Amino acid sequence: MAGYITTNNLGASFGGVQAIENITVEIPANKVTAIIGPSGCGKSTFLRCLNRMHELVPGTKISGEVIWDGRNIYASEMDATEVRRGIGMVFQKPNPFPLMSIEDNVSAGLRLAAGRMSKARIAEIIEHSLKLAALWDEVKNKLGRPGGSLSGGQQQRLCIARALAVQPDVILMDEPCSALDPASTQKIEDTIDKLKKDYTIVIVTHNMQQAARVSDFTGFMLAREMSDPGRMIEYGPTNKIFTMPDRKETENYITGRFG
Amino acid sequence: MKGSLISSFKSIASGMGILSRGANPLRRLGDSVFAFVVFLAAFAVIILMALMVYELVRQSLPSIEQFGVRFLISREWDPINNVYGALPYIYGTIVSSLLALLMSVPLSLGIAIFLSQFAPRWLRAPLGMLVDLLAAIPSVVYGLWGIFVLAPFLGKTVEPFLADHLGGIPVFRGPAYGIGLFAASVVLAIMITPTISAISREVMANVSRDQKEAAQALGATPWETVRMSVLPLARPGIIGAVILGLGRALGETMAVTMLIGNVRQLNVSIFAPAYSIASVIANEFAEVTEGPHMAALIEMALILLFITLLLNLLARLLVQRTGSRAARVKGRP
Ligand SMILES: Nc1ncnc2c1ncn2[C@@H]1O[C@H](COP(=O)(O)OP(=O)(O)O)[C@@H](O)[C@H]1O
Ligand SMILES: [Mg+2]
Repeated sequence: MAGYITTNNLGASFGGVQAIENITVEIPANKVTAIIGPSGCGKSTFLRCLNRMHELVPGTKISGEVIWDGRNIYASEMDATEVRRGIGMVFQKPNPFPLMSIEDNVSAGLRLAAGRMSKARIAEIIEHSLKLAALWDEVKNKLGRPGGSLSGGQQQRLCIARALAVQPDVILMDEPCSALDPASTQKIEDTIDKLKKDYTIVIVTHNMQQAARVSDFTGFMLAREMSDPGRMIEYGPTNKIFTMPDRKETENYITGRFG
Repeated sequence: MKGSLISSFKSIASGMGILSRGANPLRRLGDSVFAFVVFLAAFAVIILMALMVYELVRQSLPSIEQFGVRFLISREWDPINNVYGALPYIYGTIVSSLLALLMSVPLSLGIAIFLSQFAPRWLRAPLGMLVDLLAAIPSVVYGLWGIFVLAPFLGKTVEPFLADHLGGIPVFRGPAYGIGLFAASVVLAIMITPTISAISREVMANVSRDQKEAAQALGATPWETVRMSVLPLARPGIIGAVILGLGRALGETMAVTMLIGNVRQLNVSIFAPAYSIASVIANEFAEVTEGPHMAALIEMALILLFITLLLNLLARLLVQRTGSRAARVKGRP
């Protein structure tokens, strides 16, 4: 099966220090792929390589390829803003635009896009995105309130709605629930389940139960020593990774011997 | 007086919870001494301000009583017949300061955005320092540079050019003198740029990476990221920076006196010479010792203080409106 996003020998270094190395995986379309591994092993780094978020940090070097829909996103003719429009991202810490109204938060990406859209169409997308993110019922009567006035869990769902509004193909989520309470986590997991029909989702999580619950495929990353770059130790169907992993390190991690 | 000061201090201090209860006596004593000292420091500022206003009002009373509101709207200034009106000075002060802001704010924001968001790391410190250094140049040096370099350049090149191309607008009409309102404004703009750009740069640099990444992840270009994430959050700080710059422009004396032309007239053209409150005080204060002329000059000082306070207050209200919105937002988890 061809991956919708395929990485070839992907590596990243910061100021000459290699953070991840040699990652070759195929991420299938319309599935949820979870990336697990101990903290510091390069999960966020890997995820951010998938939509060129790293080039904003000076001193970063990316090697290898990321093929999305048949094209290498690092090819010189690819436009980074276009890549990020097609591959959206939800961050670990909810980061809505705090002063912007809830509806403007959702439509922020739309308003960037070239070409004008009718107000009615924008309103429609706002409502649709908020519904997908399971936030509509809670905010439909206060769309004009600032994004920062919401609770943490609501803010994160607002960020998901904001990412959905630009209609990307892929959504990357970096530990989206790590700062949230169980009820909000549940809502976001439900949302992920609904979304995978139309979107390809890659989610980094430190919570193995969560990976087992929401994902179809799982990648386990590990940096063998403190100073070693992180590698993708094993990648495959979630069932297999959690029940009969091929690699000893994966089994150790899953059964809780480290990390 | 002393007793009432201490008792009012005690009531304020305990209301604010500065005075600790229960700690060991020595520490408690240290605490109250410290609290009293800071209280005095704050109180001294208020007293100083009140004394200043009191003295200005007292000494300008003859002028206030004689001319009333006419002082503000009359253009006459006749020390021989003792008739005084401040309008040309008020006009010169406000217009030169606002023109300076008009030129300096875009420039300063450009510098701040470049230095905080786009400049390579190795360039930030030296370039920032260079801009800050502009603030260290004495104003008399600015004045001399203005007289010998800037004014001739404006008069020979810039003003004829503006008159040729924008002469349809009355403010750009009229003979190009070089020395005048425009020259004073340009120098003021340069003088307040370090203040405005340094503070703006600082608040822009403090906008978190999180917020910028939020915009970038939506496909924003670098400039769109600045507009979407950086400017809204930096806005209260930027307004504060502009207030400080404006305050400096309104009160600047030496450079303006050397460049504005010191002519009491109201002229629509910004190329024409004008006068400012600070300049007329500086120019005439030494020649008079008492009487209506002195009272008139002191009333001018009062007016300058009043304009500065008023503009400060207005700008502060503006900050509070945007700032309180920000605070309300940040207060929530
Ligand atoms: N912007 C950066 N600059 C320098 N080093 C970084 C940067 N981002 C990540 N790293 C380094 O890369 C390694 C992997 O980090 P990260 O991807 O955040 O791990 P994880 O998300 O698995 O906890 C760490 O050693 C971290 O210090
Ligand atoms: Mg991480």
